[in-house]
Amino acid sequence: MNGVHDMGGMHGLGPVAPEPGEPVFHADWERRVHAMVIASPTRGNIDAGRHQRELIAAADYLRMTYYEKWFEGLRQMLLKGEAVAPDELAAGVADPAAPKSTPRLAPEAVAPALSTSGSYLRKAAPPAFVAGDRVRALNLHPTGHTRLPRYVRGHVGVIERCHGAHVFPDSHAHGAGEDPHPLYTVRFTATDLWGPAANPRDSVSLDLWEPYLERA
Amino acid sequence: MAHDHPHHDHDHGQEPPSDIALRVKALQSLLVEKGLVDPAALDAIVDYFETKVGPRNGARVVAKAWADPAYRERLMADATAAIAELGYAGAQGEHMQAVANTPTTHNLVVCTLCSCYPWPVLGLPPVWYKSAPYRSRAVIDPRGVMAEFGTVLPDDVEVRVWDSTAELRYLVIPERPAGTEGLDEAALAALVTRDGMIGTTRL
Repeated sequence: MNGVHDMGGMHGLGPVAPEPGEPVFHADWERRVHAMVIASPTRGNIDAGRHQRELIAAADYLRMTYYEKWFEGLRQMLLKGEAVAPDELAAGVADPAAPKSTPRLAPEAVAPALSTSGSYLRKAAPPAFVAGDRVRALNLHPTGHTRLPRYVRGHVGVIERCHGAHVFPDSHAHGAGEDPHPLYTVRFTATDLWGPAANPRDSVSLDLWEPYLERA
Repeated sequence: MAHDHPHHDHDHGQEPPSDIALRVKALQSLLVEKGLVDPAALDAIVDYFETKVGPRNGARVVAKAWADPAYRERLMADATAAIAELGYAGAQGEHMQAVANTPTTHNLVVCTLCSCYPWPVLGLPPVWYKSAPYRSRAVIDPRGVMAEFGTVLPDDVEVRVWDSTAELRYLVIPERPAGTEGLDEAALAALVTRDGMIGTTRL
């Protein structure tokens, strides 16, 4: 979707403001939000979680802090997954008739779960492109989730490397299965993306799935 | 912790409890009551992010790459496996790629679409990395962003920006500073900064 989350190349969003000695979390509620997102039964699909945050209304997305967006995304994911009912969420009290669940993550399972690597690599058709091929990022404007930023659409880049087939977010985020496709690192020159004001030596590389690309 | 910096992309949650703090507390109570989360598991998750992962992990990787040419070769060929040799692996580090600075090339990492960041080696990202200014500008004006971090690159140094649009996670390997020949890996690791491993600064 062409949302405000797709920020690459926008102007007017202010200066970068590093905070010396920044803590991992700024408030206890941020700790709780982060932990609930990891522990909740909605965690199974990272693409759906990302898309849920993209669905926050544009003006709110820009106004809200990072963990406010995570909190809102979590609430919506819990409702969509029917882990909690709207009445329960509104009242903050469980329906006494609802069956009690067993937590997905036990305390002793947390560190192993977080520190063990899964993989997004899957078996799929062999890649259509090889390193060195010139490809064009397609001029696509899907209304759902995509990881093809607006700023590269229509531009020609060069395949640097194929990473095998990875879970395809455009499908996975919408519950349409993992639908794996070959994933490539594609390098675009800065002058092609941003015009003559860019330094001709500079480049931007993105990781793009084959359905985003055509041979150029 | 000082709280006097510009207040524009996060909430400090200062007392009295903010509305958001109360709402988060209410949701946690509900999830615990329904048996959906175990409060001790939430504490364990917080502990993992506050004490088990962070830039010191990445600094060990960088220091070893500086000190051990064979390790550097493995790191550049298969970063996920080489980083796992040091015990760092897991969520948001499933597919790692190391990108090395040279005298003529500088690397800068961003996630323009959200906040992708290599948790096992760098921990959770700082607020600025997740914020609109950095996400919007790193790709179109990387040199301007770096200048705000105090790093002015000569025009003849190539800047390579890596936008983390998939599940690959990037770790910048800064150049080893001059005059560090006698230092062991622990002393070298102490020289490595988080921002150096994101690429907003050069060491």
